[in-house]
Amino acid sequence: MKLIYERSQPGRRASAIPRYEGLPEPEVPEALRRREPPRLPEVPEFELVRHFTELSTRNFGVDTGFYPLGSCTMKYNPRVHERLVALPGFASLHPLQEEDGAQGALELMWRLQEILAEVTGLDAVSLQPAAGSQGELTGLMLVRAFFADRGEAEQRRKVVIPDSAHGTNPASVTMAGFEVTPVATDARGNVDLDDLRAKVDEHTAALMLTNPSTLGLFDENIVEIERIFHGAGALMYYDGANLNAVCGISRPGDMGFDIVHINLHKTFSQPHGGGGPGGGPIAVRGMLERFLPVPAVVRREDGSFGLDYDRPHTIGRVRGFAGPFGVFVRAYAFMRAYGPRLREMSETAVLNANYLLARLKEAYELPFDRLCMHEFVLSARNLKREHGITALDVAKRLMDYGFHPPTIYFPLIVPEALMIEPTETETKETLDAFCDAMLAIAREAAESPELLKEAPHTRPVKRLDEVRAAKHPIVKYGFDAHPEPGSEARPVATEAPRGS
Amino acid sequence: MTHPYLALTDADREAMLRTIGVASIEELFRDVPAEVRLDRELALEPPLSEQELSAHLAELAARNVDTTRELSFLGAGIYDHYVPAVVDAVLQRGELLTAYTPYQPEMSQGVLQAIFEYQTAICELTGMDVSNASGYDGTTVTADACYIAKHATGRTRVVVTEATSPQVRQVVKTYAPGFGLEVVEVPHRSGTTDPDELRAAAEGAAAVIFQQPNVFGCLEPAPELAAAANDAEALPVAHVDPLSLGVLEAPGRYGAAIAVGEGQAAGNFPSYGGPHYGFLAARREFIRRMPGRIVGETVDAAGERGYVLTLQTREQHIRREKATSNITTNQTLLALGGLVYLTWLGPQGLRELGETCLSLAAYARQRLVERAGLELLFPERATFKEFAVRVGRNAREVVRAARAHGVHPGYALGRDYEGMDDVLLVAVTEKRTPAEIDRLADVLAEVAR
Amino acid sequence: MAAAESYPDDVRYHPEHDWARVEDDEAVLGITWFAQDALGELVHFEPPEVGATVAKDASYGEVESVKAVSELIAPLSGEVIEVNQRVVDAPETVNEDPYGEGWLVRIRLADPAEVDALLDVDAYKQLLAEQ
Repeated sequence: MKLIYERSQPGRRASAIPRYEGLPEPEVPEALRRREPPRLPEVPEFELVRHFTELSTRNFGVDTGFYPLGSCTMKYNPRVHERLVALPGFASLHPLQEEDGAQGALELMWRLQEILAEVTGLDAVSLQPAAGSQGELTGLMLVRAFFADRGEAEQRRKVVIPDSAHGTNPASVTMAGFEVTPVATDARGNVDLDDLRAKVDEHTAALMLTNPSTLGLFDENIVEIERIFHGAGALMYYDGANLNAVCGISRPGDMGFDIVHINLHKTFSQPHGGGGPGGGPIAVRGMLERFLPVPAVVRREDGSFGLDYDRPHTIGRVRGFAGPFGVFVRAYAFMRAYGPRLREMSETAVLNANYLLARLKEAYELPFDRLCMHEFVLSARNLKREHGITALDVAKRLMDYGFHPPTIYFPLIVPEALMIEPTETETKETLDAFCDAMLAIAREAAESPELLKEAPHTRPVKRLDEVRAAKHPIVKYGFDAHPEPGSEARPVATEAPRGS
Repeated sequence: MTHPYLALTDADREAMLRTIGVASIEELFRDVPAEVRLDRELALEPPLSEQELSAHLAELAARNVDTTRELSFLGAGIYDHYVPAVVDAVLQRGELLTAYTPYQPEMSQGVLQAIFEYQTAICELTGMDVSNASGYDGTTVTADACYIAKHATGRTRVVVTEATSPQVRQVVKTYAPGFGLEVVEVPHRSGTTDPDELRAAAEGAAAVIFQQPNVFGCLEPAPELAAAANDAEALPVAHVDPLSLGVLEAPGRYGAAIAVGEGQAAGNFPSYGGPHYGFLAARREFIRRMPGRIVGETVDAAGERGYVLTLQTREQHIRREKATSNITTNQTLLALGGLVYLTWLGPQGLRELGETCLSLAAYARQRLVERAGLELLFPERATFKEFAVRVGRNAREVVRAARAHGVHPGYALGRDYEGMDDVLLVAVTEKRTPAEIDRLADVLAEVAR
Repeated sequence: MAAAESYPDDVRYHPEHDWARVEDDEAVLGITWFAQDALGELVHFEPPEVGATVAKDASYGEVESVKAVSELIAPLSGEVIEVNQRVVDAPETVNEDPYGEGWLVRIRLADPAEVDALLDVDAYKQLLAEQ
């Protein structure tokens, strides 16, 4: 398929920009003036539409089919949300509008905060962080501020993270200026309590945990974990990536967590958009409220809503304005469509996952023999041992059956991992079809392994060479100097000429 | 009673529980200790149907005074540029809207190729060699640039001009302690930054950040500022308005090492501040230090061209605590909106857009001086699409009074800058007409001074 | 094409899957067959500068495949006197010939006695069997 630049022809365009007669025409000072125009595409509007439509046909979304990526919660994105965010009162509202001109937006944000506080069992919320990772970083900054306030900043430099944790957790810890203390997982899939007791002391600032874990298992010892951390004077941070399992059933605040980030693009249906946007609001226990980012969204005594900047202990601003407002509209609408029935959402997610687990655990290896929560991890290690088939091969072959593969090779503690999360928005027929495919693939591994090794066969491209992409990075179109596909030539002229 | 987003019938549930080998859904939660179980219903209002939901949200939206209901000259980082219908049309394609991050490239060639095209467009605009697939917004990508500079130079101080947006500076300062960085500001001199002052401050710094056009809408002597940073071996980081780059020179051509900015003006609605996208592009030597996803070109097993995420070893899922950033979810859909917009615009359109903004803003400057009797804050400085005026009394009160006439005249800078309580920042985009500018001048003539 | 599995006896081994070939007061360092197999095809080698000091048991550089990055752990302390440019240009050389053409750096030893702490081929094979 052509790149948009390859569809370009000089002199074509889609835009029309207003021009007015009789107005001043100031010139940009010579030293600052653009010399060479950027080589943006030159296409008429209908070519533009055809190009992007064709691109979309080469892509697979939740709208296309089953998408069981573990820890991503690929649930249905309600269509009414797209209509709601496009209302001019939301879409065309400038973030610096005076408060009296933004009461609808401010009230929506305030109500969203109230709902998140109830769902998490905590006291105060900031909607500002732009994604889960940013929520994590913000949460860790709160931890630092809390201990600095008590004079313990130098003393408490360590954050405990289980070896099953998502990579963002240690990355966030480093960015916040802490050190990672890893803790092992035991044979039941819980955090290893003996290892934990040995590693938590007066130098520990916090625990970062998701519960259920990335293994899809609820930590049976969560009550004891709380005693260990709070007993040592440390804080507990909850990674909300797996909240879809426990809404209305168990709240992170009640588990003992002091800070929680929520992924609005997971549990609360913000569409993933090919990689983003998301929303990573944080909820905290009362003693941490004063450190939250500014501005805070508040309801005043007269019932009006506003932005409060008077927070002397705030860690500061982590993102522009009050946060990704369009994401809030969708998440708020989703929560209002469920109300207390969020509990049924979680129950259905957990039921769907256990059903898949029951049907698949004979054909694949099950590292932890327990009921799962909203997701579970299988290993393709038996297929590798017996037939040389890897989790990657299984994933590529699933594409031929019309499914998006599950997450593979994560968590790191399970070899040839397949992490499967169906979510609640699937019929039993879809679940059965997926299981039938997985079982067929296990049979194919024995009978016709080359079919798997060369998969996928039915996608717009065959298996792609990622080694080549890493060794010879071509990260933009080189126009006249762009290399032919597959040529060994290293593109030389794709580097822009240097300024003086 | 079923819920529209839940599909299981009683028969389904019974069959599934039987297969699992438990008697009830409640049994599936047996690993959850009683001490942490919620023993009541969530205290939330009852569920709303789609129709009720629409009515409720419409009522909230109706209480916002947006730019379709008020003539607005508000800018200060978020701008009311025209968003063409093709952007909506593309972003509503379910295959793109509801797709995940393209970790399985054979399922995601649409998104991957689109990001590759976006990366190309950003490099073309900024004159750089490599762009990532987007950051959260214009403030956080500036913090990202500081992280790159720290690791590239080994130095622990960053310099930022006072004429850089206050929100950008605030976010850099929030991130700095965790990065182990000290932040130093260089004041503006009559609306722009003095290169010699910047050169002195840049000694021993990892990065020097300046904004073009700056917060006052003024044109900085950008090539000289970049040279001042380069003289001190600090990395020049230019925070730029993407829609200025049809008439203003690309940062890569005047010696910047990294170019960042807020992408909103190019293809996203204001949406009360988000979601939008931050862009970040750099010279090739920094490719392995770039945060966030990068798409690369390759071939498939049949020799056909295709696209994949590349250099993933920089990222959190592989490098973990040593990653170039913790970023995972980014702003792909909004960046895609930017790509569609820039494709719609084309190079001619971008230049014309810049010229029209320059022209309308110059007209507004003239009218506010002549008709409304206002004083320009920095009359000697060249500006782009924004400029600052003194309104003779408290600017916030002037805003209130003007809004009573249905006009929002601009941003009151006194919130962020000392001695500017009587200053308004007026933004003029191609959506404003000369007649609307005349109306602004008439209203300010009445309510200012 | 990756090499066949082998563990030569003319080198000494570090438990982090690095090897050292001692030549008088110098040593050549690299990674073992096990390490290159676990990583997959290498796409990048980040070497130390010539003249840099390396410390026993500490990281002196990195190698990357598409899906993983690995620190290089120095079996011995010393000063870097040569970097294998061939591997910088073609990292897959390490997969093809991990103990020969795929050598990574040459160092001048700071303390030759450190060699005694390294594993011989039998001890290293034993460690692999226990993994």
